Amino acid sequence: MLLEAAGIKKVFGKLTALDGAALTVGENEFHGLIGPNGSGKSTLMKCIAGAEVPTQGKVSFVNTDITAFTPTERARAGMSLKFQITSVLPTLTLYDNILLALQAQSSLFDLVFSRTRGALHDQVMTMLTLFRLADRAFDAAAALSHGQQQWLEIAMALAGKPKLLLLDEPTGGMSLEERRVTGELLQPIKKHCSLVIVEHDLDFIRDICDRLTVLDQGKVLASGTVSEIQANKSVQEIYLRRA
Amino acid sequence: MPKAMGAVKQAIPAEIGGDVDAAVAGGGTAAKAAAGRKVLPIVEGVVLVAALLAPLVLQDYLTVFATRVIILALFALSFDLVWGYAGIMSFGQALFFGSAGYGVALLARDLDITNIFLVLPAGTLIGLTFALLLGGFLLLGRHPSSVIFVSLGTLTGSYAADRLARGWYYLGGQNGIPSIAPMTLGGYEFSEGPAFYYLVLGILIAVYLLCRFLVRSQFGLALAGLRENEQRIAFFGYKAQHLKAIIFAIGGAIAGLAGSLYAFHEGFVWPNMVGVVVSTQVVLYVLFGGSGTLIGAVIGTVIVEGVSFWLSDNYRDIWPIILGLLLLLVILFRPLGLISFVLGERERVGSFGARVKENVKEKRNAP
Repeated sequence: MLLEAAGIKKVFGKLTALDGAALTVGENEFHGLIGPNGSGKSTLMKCIAGAEVPTQGKVSFVNTDITAFTPTERARAGMSLKFQITSVLPTLTLYDNILLALQAQSSLFDLVFSRTRGALHDQVMTMLTLFRLADRAFDAAAALSHGQQQWLEIAMALAGKPKLLLLDEPTGGMSLEERRVTGELLQPIKKHCSLVIVEHDLDFIRDICDRLTVLDQGKVLASGTVSEIQANKSVQEIYLRRA
Repeated sequence: MPKAMGAVKQAIPAEIGGDVDAAVAGGGTAAKAAAGRKVLPIVEGVVLVAALLAPLVLQDYLTVFATRVIILALFALSFDLVWGYAGIMSFGQALFFGSAGYGVALLARDLDITNIFLVLPAGTLIGLTFALLLGGFLLLGRHPSSVIFVSLGTLTGSYAADRLARGWYYLGGQNGIPSIAPMTLGGYEFSEGPAFYYLVLGILIAVYLLCRFLVRSQFGLALAGLRENEQRIAFFGYKAQHLKAIIFAIGGAIAGLAGSLYAFHEGFVWPNMVGVVVSTQVVLYVLFGGSGTLIGAVIGTVIVEGVSFWLSDNYRDIWPIILGLLLLLVILFRPLGLISFVLGERERVGSFGARVKENVKEKRNAP
């Protein structure tokens, strides 16, 4: 297994956000994490990415226990996170945003003497082309539409060729057309990368994911293939209850 | 769907090294915007020419004043690097400036060491060491440290050093160390005047070019990331705290170099030099001129010092009030400093890949 999170408990003061949640993701698998508001999806993502430290539980990545790893160490191990709130660097050009992500693991010496700038150029343009942003390469990221900023951020998260990409609500605030395109943009990465995706748009999730995990009140309600989850009675219930 | 899918498929071969040039050529509007960026070299050129000619047109006592301003501009560069480029709020930059000043003053007083090739490296090293110690403590914790923590930490360091210097007899207490012997080069003594001026100007230019090289490199891009969103770049795999400690140490070294020049130029050091007042002064220089541009720091120093000098001559009693109001106005209405009157946001932040783009174009045009 690429990622195994087990028995994850996270307590914020009196609130128990996660209570023994678990998530298992295989290689080249697109895994959707769904559940009602407040079920702990984002918190679980953060515990996996290292933005939060779980109160209890263990996270393994490529057979290594990474529970105590910092975000930097997790990134260097091949994990990448796209934040829920877009956090592209608005004053930098699109090109520099991608270059910034790509050069993250260059040595200090290489950075100071700009030794990887030339070599990374093709990769920068490839990512921008792939995400349909190449014609705006030298505009400031702040000038992009919200949807385009999300794409830029996915491109940045993918730039370092991670083994696992964590996407927290990638289609938030996007138009229907933009959502459709996002789905298409994500398909080709399956060859070399797994995906964990938190998303409210269930149609979107159903279209791109292989497996789903449903969280409810900090616990795993169900986990399985898309059709298994669709047929699951208790899952239907919580979504009906909410509707 | 089929049409869009096609675009993705077309893009995939580029991964193997295909259509990149076509994509670059597509950036037409961007290329134009990048081509229009020419303000900064002009400003730098004008300042350089003015600085080179200054001693020829200024009276002697003004050349002495100008020398002091150039040294302070060097000090301002150190703060600009740390705050303007890396986003580390150092409210104690004088700690490195002043401790180096005291260090070289002691070398001159107690060991008779005044050789320029010994005292300037020694001062630089003192600034570097203090910055490594304080930076290591403030920046290299288990978790990233907040701006408030760092600014209060550096402020406290500077304040404590000031108190220490005032109370320590060996350092001359309140009076500091007076009558420091002049800096020497063989038999030559650097006294106030054009020679000292051109010496510090040469050093300023060298350090400026070094900083310019650094902030425009890929390391500079990492600094920009650090300044804009430290957490984000940590998630890319940057060792953000190490980057901060490194740039903080470089800033400390430059401040140390400036402090040792200052000590020899003024001929004395006193507790204020490590204290909060001078620490705040350098913040004002940089904010006034425009943080995040190297030339802004230099211009800010020249203008703040020049205006204070002129005001104190002409409005003996109320000049600090006028200066204070002026600073307040600039910071309120021009938060990016005076340089923002001529310099756009895009050029200020700069482009780290644009030069690569130009190279690519040249290669393509070549036969």
